[in-house]
Amino acid sequence: MTASMTPDTTDIYSGGFADPAVASAHGFRAAMDVMARPGTWRSLTGARAPAGLSEAAATLLLTLCDPETGVYLAQDVDSAALRGWLTFHTGAPLVPATEADFAVGGWDALMPLDQFRIGCSQYPDRSATLVVELPERRAPNATLTGPGIKDSARLYLPDSAALQRNAMLYPLGVDLFFTSGADVAALPRSTQITQGG
Amino acid sequence: MSEYNFAYLDEQTKRMIRRAILKGLAIPGYQVPFASREMPMPYGWGTGGVQVSAAALTPDDTLKVIDQGADDTTNAVSIRKFFERTAGVATTEETERASIIQTRHRIPEAALREDQILVYQVPIPEPLRFLEPRETETRKMHSLEEYGLMHVKLYEDISQHGQIATSYAYPVKVEGRYVMDPSPIPKFDNPKLEMAAIQLFGAGREQRIYAVPPYTKVVSLDFEDYPFEATKADHACDLCAAADSYLDEVIMDDAGGRMFVCSDTDYCRSRRAAGHVGRLGSEAPLSTGPEAA
Amino acid sequence: MYVAVKGGERAIDNAHAWLAEERRGDTSVAELSLAQIREQLKLAVNRVMAEGSLFDPDLAALAIKQSRGDLIEAIFLIRAYRTTLPRFGNSRPVETADMACDRRVSATFKDVPGGQVLGPTFDYTHRLLDFKLAAEGELPEAPTAPPRREPTPHVTSFLRDEDIIQTEPDSDATPRDITREPVAFPADRATRLQTLTRGDEGFILGMAYSTQRGYARNHAFVGELRIGTVAVEMEIPELGFAIEIGEIELTECETVNQFTGSKTEPPQFTRGYGLVFGQTERKAIAMALVDRALRWRELGEDNVGAAAQDEEFVLSHCDNIQATGFLEHIKLPHYVDFQSELELVRKLRREATAAQEAAE
Repeated sequence: MTASMTPDTTDIYSGGFADPAVASAHGFRAAMDVMARPGTWRSLTGARAPAGLSEAAATLLLTLCDPETGVYLAQDVDSAALRGWLTFHTGAPLVPATEADFAVGGWDALMPLDQFRIGCSQYPDRSATLVVELPERRAPNATLTGPGIKDSARLYLPDSAALQRNAMLYPLGVDLFFTSGADVAALPRSTQITQGG
Repeated sequence: MSEYNFAYLDEQTKRMIRRAILKGLAIPGYQVPFASREMPMPYGWGTGGVQVSAAALTPDDTLKVIDQGADDTTNAVSIRKFFERTAGVATTEETERASIIQTRHRIPEAALREDQILVYQVPIPEPLRFLEPRETETRKMHSLEEYGLMHVKLYEDISQHGQIATSYAYPVKVEGRYVMDPSPIPKFDNPKLEMAAIQLFGAGREQRIYAVPPYTKVVSLDFEDYPFEATKADHACDLCAAADSYLDEVIMDDAGGRMFVCSDTDYCRSRRAAGHVGRLGSEAPLSTGPEAA
Repeated sequence: MYVAVKGGERAIDNAHAWLAEERRGDTSVAELSLAQIREQLKLAVNRVMAEGSLFDPDLAALAIKQSRGDLIEAIFLIRAYRTTLPRFGNSRPVETADMACDRRVSATFKDVPGGQVLGPTFDYTHRLLDFKLAAEGELPEAPTAPPRREPTPHVTSFLRDEDIIQTEPDSDATPRDITREPVAFPADRATRLQTLTRGDEGFILGMAYSTQRGYARNHAFVGELRIGTVAVEMEIPELGFAIEIGEIELTECETVNQFTGSKTEPPQFTRGYGLVFGQTERKAIAMALVDRALRWRELGEDNVGAAAQDEEFVLSHCDNIQATGFLEHIKLPHYVDFQSELELVRKLRREATAAQEAAE
């Protein structure tokens, strides 16, 4: 994945949901399931974006974004093709990181974490949701506890320390989806993180 | 069902509700504002629950709808029919077989599983509302975690009655942070709020959605010397002999004769099917046919 | 024997069948047509459009027929329908100065440019039952005059030229949409006006009346009341210009309110504003009074604790669909909670009695 995407075989008009109502219903259930059970992976399929974005991330965007949500594309995934695709299929406005409802990209490209909205004490829900692309599903390096987790769960996190700081902001903070190929996992702000373990 | 979208709501509305549900799950017990839509049933009839169910349903789901614990109460029948018509989903009265259960005022007796979702209809989502009617004030209290007013109320109950005089919609604290209204379930159901299933709460008129993820810590508010107590009628079910289920008291005759039966109709049915027999036998004169209404 | 409200589908189906029969009434009497309702019960149609937030006289007529004349029920039908309609875009703001007025009166000046036009008003009718209407009969034709072609300037614009009335700040910002975003408090004025215009006529009327009787009195004069049609235009991005997509009838009321000044504002006249679908002047005037009462904060006035000054109170309770739903839902079964209360009260009584006996 490089910053400047060359035009590829997927044009901006294709790759949408075959049956939007049903596909987004399934897409949401996977998203809800992983957000309710941090550390759990689910398959998430149905949409194909121009090269550079995983199927899971593409499906998540089509499931959750529309003209009412601002989307930030981090530099590593940003391309004319993806912009066109997102606009055509969702109508979501593209916005800077600081205003984003949803932000998409690789971990390093999305950083720093503190540029995203974390909500305010009366409205902690007015916060960004990050869709973090992982090139591959790696071995877990963190132990998770908290709501949605029976005893503990294990997940690979790109930067446990930064995410621990996010959890410290609770009830403020950002919520994250991790996407890799056709799979999705999530890490809400409510999850307590222990490195390694 | 061709003139309306799958599960009635348009896709943009469903996305808005779905985003609110995700934020709700990320901040357990916090009430997320959402732009509730007018539904084809009145506010107060479960429009919040219906919108949440509509946003959560897939065609593969099996839906169960209960009101007062029963599948055959008129509003439960009406909501079930609505989803049969607009979403074409399978429906069931068996808790065991349901993937989504929409409820008003009860939590089923049988423990729910990880692959199930419980959707509550909520009339007043704000647990502090009857202590402080202003949204501007209660929102501040939640933000500051200032729940003194609630404890004062419970304490006044104790000094006046010798116990906490709240028997339903009994407030809980979720994961040590937000005080939450569990909807008007009897306090008997409160201990079940810690469960394996996802719990979603929808308040249509008040435009709020909130959620409790599986295994989230949910504590009923109380005092060390006056601990929370889940109570029910001190009887066993007259039909299935269950001693552990919440009971409806039914007046049987002009002389005021009473019988007690499980409020959870499916629980009672499955127990009777398994051979349990109550004081009045399994063939008690309790009519639940349509003629009764 | 009585068993709660159990019984399910057949009971519901039978109730619906009976309801349909009752709605039709005696079949030897001719059935109402939608055109009859639309033309002859126009003020009911207007109210349903206004509070239903959908300008469509034919659908409003259908809703009135289906609801057997229960206007809140009709409003509910329209609301539930409108929420399923796709959105193609937003219109440009309508220009009420260009309204083709059927009625236009000002209480603040004897005469004004554009004139005082009474129009089709009940104002000076004597409220005597007209028994001729009980029989069918031809009407004498009303006299006509050539319509005014030029715009009719707002009365308040003359006061503004003199700088004696508060200036409303111009803004091209897109206002919030209360049907797409939950209302949060404090609410801005656009949010308040949107909520009031679809609010229950009776509720808004009562609130306005309370200000007149001294609960946050705001000394309102009807600067102007106008009723007529305006063009609705929509910007078409593909064309690069706006086209007219139709006309709607509106009632607009602007009140001129006495104001002796406050800590923050010099003495000047202030305004209240009402804008409602159709000929709905009671509602438009009431809306303007309530709007003015809610503006106490921006004008630096005292909050005297009156209900009509209380934004959260007014906006949270003026919607009759929300109100009627929640009010009526208490007839649904609540026996589970009642049982819980029953056990509690029995227990409290047992303990109180025991304590009493122990004391004796």
